[in-house]
Amino acid sequence: MNLLDNFKNPQLCQKLLHSIQNELDGELRFMEVCGTHTVAIFRSGIRSLLTDKVIHLSGPGCPVCVTHDSEVAAFLDLAQKNAIIATFGDLMRVPGPDKKSLKAAQAEGARITIVYSPFEALKLAQDNPHDQVVFLGVGFETTTPTIAATINMAAEQKITNFSVLCLHKLVPPALKALAGDPDIGVHAFLLPGHVSAIIGIEPYNFLATKHGIPAVVAGFEPVDILQALHLFVTMRREEKAEVVNAYTRVVANAGNPKAKEMVDKIFTPTDALWRGIGTIPESGLRIKDQYADFDAMRVFDLTLRDVPEIKGCRCGDVLKGKLAPHGCPLFGTACTPAAPVGPCMVSTEGSCAAYYKYQI
Amino acid sequence: MTTDRILLDYGSGGKASHRLIGQLFLKYLGNEILDKLDDAALLHISGPISVSTDSFTVDPIFFPGGDIGSLAVHGTVNDVAMLGARPRYLTCGFILEEGLPMADLERIVESMGRAAQEAQVYIVTGDTKVVPRGAVDKIFINTTGIGEVFVANPPSGHKARPGDAILINGFVGDHGLAILSQREGLTFEAPVASDCASLNHLVVHLLETIPDIHVLRDPTRGGLATTLSEIAGQSDVECRIFENSIPIRPEVSGGCSFLGLDPLYLANEGKFICILPQEYAAQALAIMQANPLGQHAVCIGEVRQEHKGKVVLETPLGGTRLMDMLEGEQLPRIC
Repeated sequence: MNLLDNFKNPQLCQKLLHSIQNELDGELRFMEVCGTHTVAIFRSGIRSLLTDKVIHLSGPGCPVCVTHDSEVAAFLDLAQKNAIIATFGDLMRVPGPDKKSLKAAQAEGARITIVYSPFEALKLAQDNPHDQVVFLGVGFETTTPTIAATINMAAEQKITNFSVLCLHKLVPPALKALAGDPDIGVHAFLLPGHVSAIIGIEPYNFLATKHGIPAVVAGFEPVDILQALHLFVTMRREEKAEVVNAYTRVVANAGNPKAKEMVDKIFTPTDALWRGIGTIPESGLRIKDQYADFDAMRVFDLTLRDVPEIKGCRCGDVLKGKLAPHGCPLFGTACTPAAPVGPCMVSTEGSCAAYYKYQI
Repeated sequence: MTTDRILLDYGSGGKASHRLIGQLFLKYLGNEILDKLDDAALLHISGPISVSTDSFTVDPIFFPGGDIGSLAVHGTVNDVAMLGARPRYLTCGFILEEGLPMADLERIVESMGRAAQEAQVYIVTGDTKVVPRGAVDKIFINTTGIGEVFVANPPSGHKARPGDAILINGFVGDHGLAILSQREGLTFEAPVASDCASLNHLVVHLLETIPDIHVLRDPTRGGLATTLSEIAGQSDVECRIFENSIPIRPEVSGGCSFLGLDPLYLANEGKFICILPQEYAAQALAIMQANPLGQHAVCIGEVRQEHKGKVVLETPLGGTRLMDMLEGEQLPRIC
């Protein structure tokens, strides 16, 4: 038997579900902030099995979804330039201002290649020495180390036709904004396993110490998720709030020092724009001045310009957990995965797309 | 063969075309009807016929488990058979890119010939065009298949009824993952081969033995989930699928989880869904399992009437969720 199968064990899950139901006092509003958790909760059927007292809020956990309109506009501006764009696939369908997407730009002749890793983009630059290759750097702490390592490698190899449009975002500052928002009323945070594998658990401590909100770093199998929910119930009963690492098979409390070192070498924190939330201080990363030659913003003289908001789209409220996806008037009618209006419907890990796809 | 690459001359209709036809196409695909080389093929068919056409543009043209040639035969043969027919004839149109290595074309045509022979269908008429470099990607093939419908009440996507059993003849997702990993140059611990195969002999055997088969469909593009959604919609019923029972190879499920894909949405080229009254399910499974193409056949669910037009998946935990149709192409995710 595969070790992972233990984390899918139906009997164990049933036991945990019973304990949650029997031991929970009052209502539990928990928020996950990782698209993989969003999908896992739906796909496993956990959502359909949870008691009504447990309310699942899907937070800003999908990097595509939190990408601001102004940032999408920057991708599309870049597509107009004479460059090859290399991107992870998720970004292809994200609608920008005028409902245009990279996919539409590609049909109009923009040179866009889907890659699975930033190193592939660097190889693309090496293979096309007469073209500028730009990698669209979107993602949380999970993806930044490899992008940092790619820039580092490009610098070491003195490659002059490769750059990154750096729009990375950081999870803890977003949690800070959410925890401090009384309208949202989150009782507990399910913390992302992958991000935590890089940053460790220390950056989340403020949730418990400052806001009194329990938080659990969890994996993505059904047992992982239910165990985290049960920990919330237990902490509530014992009237304590802690940050617990329940994903020790992957996450070290100190995170991954090597990855953090690489990120620190290339990037420095900066204010960033989040869809639906706005500017959050020090919640993004920009490329350090000494690596400016690899910063597409500077190489192509791009700016994040103000763009009109998408009319009627409530993705911002959905991302903050203030509105369930099907509460948006556009959900399932004007906004579907085939013709998404907002980014939460685009990415497979977006909460609207997950609702649309999985909710009966 | 006089050149080692395809030249525009080969599509001219002149001597070069004739050489290509004689030395290559007839060599591998020839039969008493095609060999006549008239403007059209003369066929003797009686009764209702099943016709299906498909164009094959797969990239890469050679992949583990098959190639564009065998796929062009299997794909169309399977579509024709799903209507309760014995596939008999195929037509075949090639669009070749100037510069295609002759050895590649020969390998593809040889493979088509072999596939047609195994499926016991004749390729009866064909056409070849050569277009300038860049106008197509190496080779595109269109095949149209014709078959004789031999059952009185042919299966159709509209005929699923509450109470029916839903069967599949084996592992899903193999073809899609094989193509994708080959295209992207990804290698996994255990290589995945396409399941590409002609299903007509197995399907005909089933139809000859089981008196009442409601639906036969091959879940190609869009995969199992999309095809079941189509059936649920066409028949206005709920397809209830038990996730635990869907056969997926560990290497396919591992590869998918790595790439952020869902095997239920990956294309299959040697699979069919069979929906029939419960009372015939065991007999149908026994027939399928006795055939190498159905060795891993299982029942994956049943037809119900609660959520009409929807596919509901029961998860191993006992929870339920929707299994919706695929939107556009599956795109790899960021993290």
